[in-house]
Amino acid sequence: MTTKQVNKRLSKKVQSIQPSGIRRFFDLASSMDNIISLGVGEPDFVTPWNVREASISSMERGFTAYSANAGIIELREAISNYMTSRFSVDYDPESEILVTVGASEAIDVGMRAIVDEGDEVIVVEPSFVSYAPLVSMAGGVPVAVGTNIDTDFKVTAAQIEAAITDRTKAMMLCFPNNPTGSTMNQEELKEIAELAERHDLLVFSDEIYAELTYDEEHVAFSSLEGMKERTVIISGFSKAFAMTGWRLGFVCAPKDLLSAMLKIHQYSLMCAPTMAQYGALEALKTGMDDVYRMKQSYKQRRNYFVKSFSEIGLECHTPGGAFYAFPSIEKTGLTSEQFAEKLLLEERVAVVPGHVFGEGGEGHIRCSYATSMENLEQSVERIGRFLKQF
Amino acid sequence: MESKAIDILHIIEENGRVSIPTLAKMVDASEEEVKGLLKKLEDDHIILSYSAVIDWSKVDQNEGVTAMIDVKVTPQRGVGFDQVAERIYRFPEVKALYLMSGAYDLSVVIEGKTMSEIARFVSEKLSTVDSVLSTTTHFQLKKYKHDGVVFGEGEEDRRIVVAP
Ligand SMILES: Cc1ncc(COP(=O)(O)O)c(C=O)c1O
Repeated sequence: MTTKQVNKRLSKKVQSIQPSGIRRFFDLASSMDNIISLGVGEPDFVTPWNVREASISSMERGFTAYSANAGIIELREAISNYMTSRFSVDYDPESEILVTVGASEAIDVGMRAIVDEGDEVIVVEPSFVSYAPLVSMAGGVPVAVGTNIDTDFKVTAAQIEAAITDRTKAMMLCFPNNPTGSTMNQEELKEIAELAERHDLLVFSDEIYAELTYDEEHVAFSSLEGMKERTVIISGFSKAFAMTGWRLGFVCAPKDLLSAMLKIHQYSLMCAPTMAQYGALEALKTGMDDVYRMKQSYKQRRNYFVKSFSEIGLECHTPGGAFYAFPSIEKTGLTSEQFAEKLLLEERVAVVPGHVFGEGGEGHIRCSYATSMENLEQSVERIGRFLKQF
Repeated sequence: MESKAIDILHIIEENGRVSIPTLAKMVDASEEEVKGLLKKLEDDHIILSYSAVIDWSKVDQNEGVTAMIDVKVTPQRGVGFDQVAERIYRFPEVKALYLMSGAYDLSVVIEGKTMSEIARFVSEKLSTVDSVLSTTTHFQLKKYKHDGVVFGEGEEDRRIVVAP
């Protein structure tokens, strides 16, 4: 079969989408032995036992059927309590909360719920790899707004405003951020809130790393005055509770948006896995001590990592959250792709080249510090040795 | 206590081998400051020793026997249990000693090379202490978890090498 024939079978939308740049690095790195991986965007902890046990027990008790489309009501109530107690924003568990198959699904149904063909969605980059493709697949046009190290990868209202057109429908924010670890405080968010108000934009705020904020309290975007009615909060259990494989996320949004998302979710997924939902319920009920313990550990590793980078001459801003450092490799004269590949081949350290995260990412590498202290110490030594040749 | 000192305690409780330069970076302090804090924690007898948790059952010819002995004693006027406790914990065979509430008073953990060594300790040393009324000896058969550490292979990193 020729390429042309193959292409005929695929939708233009799918053909226009690039496979994730992370995928290429995965293929390369997984073909090699003795790698220290700083390329992993997930906790190095196993899900705390009480959560695993609650899920096992739910199966033993026979909770193996579909749940309500929006998720078991006990979990939605627990999420509602959690949002109130942690971030001072109230959501009605019956009509404003949806349990999804990971935050990933939440982003997908969110985009599909609001985008008409040709609508623009501003994506603040560098960003999590799925935003722009999911905007495109929903028929929209992702409009990148790049941030850079000079402003600690924080976006300003002015930068966003410059990208607004008649077709702009929404903006996609993420703080603490993957890949930069940068986060936003109340003052900085207020400016963006005013802008959203002025241009009547929706705000998608991916706050899946909210619990992993090290220096300042996290501020939920919807807790800002007037923002609840135009904000879709995307979150989930993957990062804070070390539950990536469970595929469980949630959305908090105003009723009209939520019911639109629920419509898509119910036809495409029916509901999130029931046994995972019982685990998540336990996580919210008794897991906050574990979250705190893991967070302290990430914070210590961040401190170690960022300080060590500066000692070996790798320029890096101090990430306020998540578990990524995003140092600049510009002075080596290599592109981020060349740097990552050469580092992998010569020193067997896997990092992710920054350009896969979009505008502003080139010239940087993403290094996850969600790995053991021994691995971090080793990797600093290896990267330090590697840098000496430049 | 200073929060940096508490952070240091948590870190070295889990891994006593972290180097001073690494520890300093982890808690965002200078090496001098960390050395000072460690010294103070040692002087104040908050850090008592740096030890490793070892699975001796994996070391050839080194397998010992551990017993936990429930001891009933008569408390003494003025000093309660402290004096009899001291008499017992001074024996080098005693690895741990706790005052308990409930059916007995002292819980003594003994390590020895063989069962008979322990039997001898109990009958000759422990039971003959003046205020000891009775002893019940339980031998440990297998260690699953000790000091928060699970014995056995542990959980390996099952993550794929590069992920979003
Ligand atoms: C910013 C961000 N949002 C969403 C996700 C996806 O999370 P989930 O596992 O809940 O789908 C990730 C995972 O890396 C992420 O970094």
